[in-house]
Formats: sequence, structure tokens, C-alpha cells
Amino acid sequence: MADTKALPSTLSVGLARTKLEVREFFREREALIFTFFFPIIFLGIFSAVFGNTDFNGVNAATYFTPGMIASGIFLSSFQSLAISIALERDEGLLKRLRGTPMPPQSYFIGKIGQVLVTSIAQFALLLAISGLVLGVDIPTEPSRWLNFVWIFILGTASGSVLGIAFSVVPKSGKAASAVITPVVLLLQFMSGVYFVYSSLPGWMRGVASVFPLKWLAQGMRSVFLPAGFEVNEPGGSWQLGTGAIVLSVWLVVGLFLAQRVFRWTRRDAG
Amino acid sequence: MENDNAVRVRGLVKRYPDKVAVNGVDLDIHRGEVFALLGPNGAGKTTTTEILEGYRRADEGEVSVLGTDPAHADRLWRSRIGIVLQTSRDEAESTVAELVSHYAGYYPNPRDPDEVIAAVGLEEKRKTRPRKLSGGQRRRLDVALGVVGNPELLFLDEPTTGFDPEARRQFWTLIENLRTSGTTILLTTHYLDEAEHLADRVGVIDDGRMIEIGTPETLGGRGARTARVSWSDADGQHELRTDKPTAEVAALMARFGGEVPELEVRRPSLEDIYLELIGKANDAKSVAIEAGAL
Ligand SMILES: Nc1ncnc2c1ncn2[C@@H]1O[C@H](COP(=O)(O)OP(=O)(O)O)[C@@H](O)[C@H]1O
Ligand SMILES: [Mg+2]
Repeated sequence: MADTKALPSTLSVGLARTKLEVREFFREREALIFTFFFPIIFLGIFSAVFGNTDFNGVNAATYFTPGMIASGIFLSSFQSLAISIALERDEGLLKRLRGTPMPPQSYFIGKIGQVLVTSIAQFALLLAISGLVLGVDIPTEPSRWLNFVWIFILGTASGSVLGIAFSVVPKSGKAASAVITPVVLLLQFMSGVYFVYSSLPGWMRGVASVFPLKWLAQGMRSVFLPAGFEVNEPGGSWQLGTGAIVLSVWLVVGLFLAQRVFRWTRRDAG
Repeated sequence: MENDNAVRVRGLVKRYPDKVAVNGVDLDIHRGEVFALLGPNGAGKTTTTEILEGYRRADEGEVSVLGTDPAHADRLWRSRIGIVLQTSRDEAESTVAELVSHYAGYYPNPRDPDEVIAAVGLEEKRKTRPRKLSGGQRRRLDVALGVVGNPELLFLDEPTTGFDPEARRQFWTLIENLRTSGTTILLTTHYLDEAEHLADRVGVIDDGRMIEIGTPETLGGRGARTARVSWSDADGQHELRTDKPTAEVAALMARFGGEVPELEVRRPSLEDIYLELIGKANDAKSVAIEAGAL
């Protein structure tokens, strides 16, 4: 053929998908409330309810800010992807996409891009509200922000691949929210996002230690709580090394699972 | 070198655990033609179509679509076909215009998105999201997304099921325009009038078998269109098939000495022929079942 133009590159299609995904995310009320604003709303409620109650020397807003940041990362990656992909599979969007020359990798670039944009925006908003409205001291030391960067990246990456894999669990699109939201909520409670982690029963902390959110929350506490605060952690330290290992293992497991179980069509598609 | 056929299928078989959905289908679709796969629900139309589209794997047989086995298709191949699936209900939060131009970005030589939106008659709905569209408008959006890549071959799986007559007419015009632009089209339908109106050739499929392939005019074979003359007398109802109905009526007039009771001269409609084809296939099946039971 004379006019064979090149197919658009995987990256350019991926960026176009990112734009579309971000736009659709911010247009969807349910995702906005239960993923984007959820941690912000909870931070507001906690600081209103507990006010100046002392949490080992800091106020409620200061104590809960890192947990809400961790929670936001997990919601924006794991919950958001697991629900949206389950819906897209059930509604036949994935099947439609598979019938176009869109490179499969571009779809995932779009999803990961959306997670990055929304979780960074969410973090910025949380930080602004904490620092400007609730009067929380925001750290300035570069070493803390360096830690923040790798914890954030490991958290969003592992949450995203696990979300992609978990999207095959709900049997239908309708069931997606009902299956995934309680799992995430339970994990949030056990991981000490809504409570003082060290005050949780030992067995619960044991269960939480298997999953990524606990380590994400602990890592964020190390970034945002005052120096010396680690004496209040169960082990008396931030355990950043262990956290890095657990999150990395989940990232690898998630990658493996996502590649194995992801499908473009419903289970009954034949 | 690709031959003149956009689609070539030989001995296609697809089995499900409790059903042989496609049972030895042969099919050629010429470039530039509109081919209708016509058959009742459960005949195997979607299964056949989705094998050609690369969604499902054949258990047996040869399949070539645009010179390629769809099971091993690449992006370039996908850029040359367009697909409108039987069901689609994705509830995108994007508008019609946003979706059509986004999908155009997947293809090397897309059509102009605005022209596509105009062609499917959705200009008024450019800023509307899919969930706010009526069934017919929704289907036209599906077609817009299927053709925006400027495909050589377009698959339409029951594009008008559930339409009111007016919407169906409009849709037919849309397909006729696509055909004029040179697109090869495979469409499935269980509406006979749709196949008759749109298709250059029709394949009648029932219970996984291709019963017959022909133009709407020749379907059912030579005998199928012979006139039927029917009347009644003291012995009851009579019907005969004839190539010379006028002569038959004249003979009957002579016999009855004037008025012939309940005289009727009929040429079978395509619908009659179709029902007869499907009926024959089912008769043959029940004979086979009885024979097997003995
Ligand atoms: N994924 C599947 N699993 C099991 N049976 C199927 C599947 N898809 C189709 N069938 C069966 O195969 C037959 C043909 O189905 P289909 O191709 O959808 O027919 P049509 O599109 O002509 O209505 C039906 O009996 C249907 O129940
Ligand atoms: Mg069908």
C-alpha cells in the first residue's frame, strides 16, 4: 500500500490514555468521594473530633496526617484500579479496546499515569490542608523527603499492580465496589490508619504486617512525625528496611500475578 | 499476496462443553461486498464473528481475515479492521466527541472524527456522555468508534437489534454510505428484511451450520420462488406449485365453471424461503436424532 503511515507509538497512545483516564476519574463522583476525598474527609473529622487530644505529644491532625497520606496512596492505586478495571471488564470496554490497535501496554501506562496524577494531587491537597488549615508542622529536611519519595513510589507501584491483579476477583461489575471497598477498609483499620497503631491488639498488628498498607503508613509516620517519635512504634523503630523489603516483595508478587490473571474479557467470554 | 477475499473460512468448528456452536462452516467474503450472516438466536453468528475478529479460538478449520490468521494478529492487522460488538455498555465519563477523537488516535490513517460523528448523525450529541444516549444513538456511537480507524473490513454484530423501524431505516442508510466508500462489511442479523435490504450476499446459519449462501434473490434455490396456487373444494384445501400460475388459474376457472373457492396466488417472500430453509434444516436434524435413537 502506498500510504502506510506508521502506527502511533505505545508511549504516545499511553499518554493519550493517561489524559483520558485522569479526565474520567475527576468526572466520576463515586471515585472522587471514595478514593480522592476520603482520606481528606477523615483527616478533617479526626481533627475536629479529637481536637487537641494528646497523641504521644502531638495533636490529632499531626498524628493522623501520615496515615491519611498512606491511605490515600493505597486508595488511589489499589482500590481505584481494582474497581475501575473490574467495571471496565464487565462492561465490555476492555474487550472493545482489545479489538483496536491500541497496544496493551498503553492501557497500563494510562492506568499507572492516572494513579500517579491523582495520588500526587491528593497528596498535595492533603498536605496543603494539614499545613495551612490544621496547622501541622510539615517537615523540611531533605533526608525525610528522600524517604518520602521512595516510600511513595513503592507504595503506588505495589498498590497499582495488586489492584490490576485483584480486579479479576469480583464476579461482576456491580459487585466490584462491594467486594473491594470492605477489603480496603478492613486493611485500613488493621494497619493503624484510623487508630494509634501501637494501641492495636498484637494479633491484629501481626496480620497487618503481612500487607503493604501497614508498612506504607509506618513509613509515612517516619517522614511526618517529629524526631524521636519512633519510640512509640511497637518495635521502637521505624523499620524502614523491613518496610522496603515487604513493599518490594508485594510489588514483585503483584507484577507476577497481574500478568498471570489479567484478562480483556469476562470469564464467560469463550 | 492477499487474494480477493477479505475473509476465507474452511471447516470452522467451535465447541463449548455442552454445545457445538459452530459446526463445519465454510465462508468467503469478497472485498467490497456487504455480507449478512442471518440466523436465529443461538445459531452461532457471534461465535463465528468473534473468531474472525480474533477474540475466540477456533477448535478446527482454517480462518484467514485480510490474509492473516486472526489468532495471530498484530496491531497492523487490527488497524485494518473495525469491530462493533453485539453488546457494549461501557459507561465512559467522556463525551461522544472526546471518545471518537481518542479512538482515532489508535490508528495510522484515521478518518476525521468530526466527519465520522456527522456521518452517524450524532452532531447534536457531541457533548453527551454515552449513558445519556438512547439505544439507537448508543449503537451509532459504537459504529463511529468502529469506523473511525478507516477500516477495510467492518464487523457488525446485530447492529440494529432493539431499534424502532425509524432508527433502523436511518441505520441502514449509514451502512449503505459505508459500503459506497468501499468498506467490506460482515453483518449479523436475525432480521430478514435487514439482510435483504443491505446485503449483496446472505449466509443462512442455523445450529452452527451454514445452510445456504446466496444473493437475496437466489436464496433457497430455483424452486423456492415458484408461485403457489391454492384453493379449496369439497375435499378440503389444495395447494400446488407452478411456473405458470395464470394457466393454472384458467384451468381451475374452467373446472369450477367460474369463481374458484378461496383462490389465492402467492409468491413466497424471502421470509417464507428463510423459514423453509431453517425448517428443513431442523427436520433433517430431527430425522437424524430419531435415526440415532433407534
Ligand atoms: N462462551 C460460551 N460458552 C458456552 N456456550 C456458548 C458460549 N458462547 C456461545 N455459546 C453457545 O453457542 C451457541 C451459539 O451462540 P452464539 O454464537 O452467541 O449465537 P448467535 O450469535 O447466533 O445468537 C449457543 O447455543 C450458545 O449458548
Ligand atoms: Mg449473537
